[in-house]
Amino acid sequence: MTTIPELGLRESATFDRATIADIQRAAATGVYDIRGWGAKRHVPHFDDLLFLGASMSRYPLEGYREKCDTDVVLGDRYAAEPLHLRIPVTIAGMSFGALSANAKEALGRGASEVGTSTTTGDGGMTPEERGQSKHLVYQYLPSRYGMNPDDLRQADAIEIVLGQGAKPGGGGMLLGQKITERVAGMRTLPVGIDQRSASRHPDWTGPDDLEIKIGELRELTDWKKPIYVKVGASRPYYDTALAVKSGADVVVLDGMQGGTAATQQVFIENVGIPTLAAIPQAVQALQELGMHRKVQLIVSGGIRTGADVAKAMALGADAVAIGTAALIALGDNDPRYSAEYAALGSAAGFYDDFQDGRDPAGITTQDPELAARLDPVEGGRRLANYLRVLTMEAQTIARACGKSHLHNLEPEDLVALTIESAAMARVPLAGTSWIPGAM
Amino acid sequence: MVTLTADTSTVTDLSTSTVRELNQSLHSAADGQSWTIENPGGKHSLAVGIDADITVTLNGHAGYYAAGMHQKGDVTINGNAGVGLAENIMSGRVHVKGDASQSAAATGHGGLVVIDGNAGARCGISMKGVDIVVGGNIGHMSAFMAQAGRLVVCGDAGEALGDSIYEARIYVKGTVASLGADCIEKPMKPEHLDELAGLLAAAGRDDNPADFTRYGSARNLYHFHVGNSASY
Repeated sequence: MTTIPELGLRESATFDRATIADIQRAAATGVYDIRGWGAKRHVPHFDDLLFLGASMSRYPLEGYREKCDTDVVLGDRYAAEPLHLRIPVTIAGMSFGALSANAKEALGRGASEVGTSTTTGDGGMTPEERGQSKHLVYQYLPSRYGMNPDDLRQADAIEIVLGQGAKPGGGGMLLGQKITERVAGMRTLPVGIDQRSASRHPDWTGPDDLEIKIGELRELTDWKKPIYVKVGASRPYYDTALAVKSGADVVVLDGMQGGTAATQQVFIENVGIPTLAAIPQAVQALQELGMHRKVQLIVSGGIRTGADVAKAMALGADAVAIGTAALIALGDNDPRYSAEYAALGSAAGFYDDFQDGRDPAGITTQDPELAARLDPVEGGRRLANYLRVLTMEAQTIARACGKSHLHNLEPEDLVALTIESAAMARVPLAGTSWIPGAM
Repeated sequence: MVTLTADTSTVTDLSTSTVRELNQSLHSAADGQSWTIENPGGKHSLAVGIDADITVTLNGHAGYYAAGMHQKGDVTINGNAGVGLAENIMSGRVHVKGDASQSAAATGHGGLVVIDGNAGARCGISMKGVDIVVGGNIGHMSAFMAQAGRLVVCGDAGEALGDSIYEARIYVKGTVASLGADCIEKPMKPEHLDELAGLLAAAGRDDNPADFTRYGSARNLYHFHVGNSASY
């Protein structure tokens, strides 16, 4: 509870200042709030888990001597050309349109420097991104904006998107101010109009159809490319099982903290489940089908540190994906733009109006002057640095747990700090052997 | 089994060959070649991703995604086609002599899709430049969010035609059960009659363009506005 004792003031927990501002804004405009970023509410997360380092009963590895490998192979179930990444931290799908061409290029440069993949988004593949991305995953979305078979063939993997964590069950909206001539041309739409992305695919419905759709994509690419299926976390046990049944090589699971470029706030904050709660359900489905580690699981939504990477992998993920954190590494919400954030009615650390196209950091914009602020080479270098730190942090923890590969981390290495996180992550409450809800 | 006929058309019999073998050979084809596919048996993903100027004839029915993501050449289906016929076609020509199931030519970016019979629901959904000519009727929600291209219907159209349509143009000869949000009837100007005559001729039809009505976007939903919330 926030108080100002000297004035005798007490803020309502129910009607706090942000809530009051929301009501005032709704009353003034008659429109719901659309914004970027992911869920801002507090939910049980990786912070609520701790690792049990090695001691008498477990041998640690020497921190600066003994090898702890980090590579991952994605898509070897059916694809003739699976991805072999040096680190298990990938860059999540973000569109050219939502992001500037420079930002997309910077993501490609940073990811390629450390041997991981980046991902296209709604709006198709840009030459900048393909050219700078050693491993590029092509998102196959309901809108099919800019979709053409040549891009599918020149991608290194195909990700069929059913949903994302920020808005499971929702489509997309790119507001007119970001629909420049180039963006409009790629999407076959008039310049300057609001662009809606459908929430359902136009030519298939349900898992039986998806199996046939995956078959078509495999035929198109002569069975070479890994095919991912991405779902927003809502019913991950069933979605994972059905993705496996449909023939996916990889399942991508995005928790509710996963970011978005433009979604209704009410959607972001109230639909979907936390990443922490989603992972064990997906892993259970894979294990029951005998497909854990055969169909790889990529987890996204709130990954910030190497500890988060290690925890996701200990719970059973094969790799993780970052979006919001990658943008921050490029320069999003940098305090050096504080005056400009203030002019937009925001502040460094709070800016989430990615839909507006006026991003002072030049990342979530199509304005040429703003976009020019992001040097793709420098941005790529910063992202590569950040990815290296995530990897080294995860290795530090894995060695302490006695693991010679990040994949060897396991739920047994974890305990939970709260009853909620213990129940969701299905690991014991610290200091006990109690896993709430375990049969 | 693959055989070569006297006129150098390659014959693939899908009672003995696999879909994979067929598509792999089509992906290796050179311009000017021709294929005849026997016993397609409603199999899915037939002739997907053709990127050479070849002629392909399917004698029988095709399943989902026949001629999907077609880029070049002509495909003729002497039968019916399942869901997603010629979905995301880029250019070239796909001709179905029978009926097509739902989502025919979905998201097509270019080229021409001709369906002599009827097409199911969502014909031309999210079309992005493709031309579609349907000899019979089309189902509900056709041309939903249609962005560009032309949809010609020589029979009747089902409910919610052209819902949330952008810049695509629709010509219907028969009745329209209902129009979707932001789709309206528009006047037939000389340029539209010319355009329609060209499309009908390309599809090998002799319908009179003057018998058709044009539909397109009222462009009232191009920008989100709270006053339009009742339209969604």
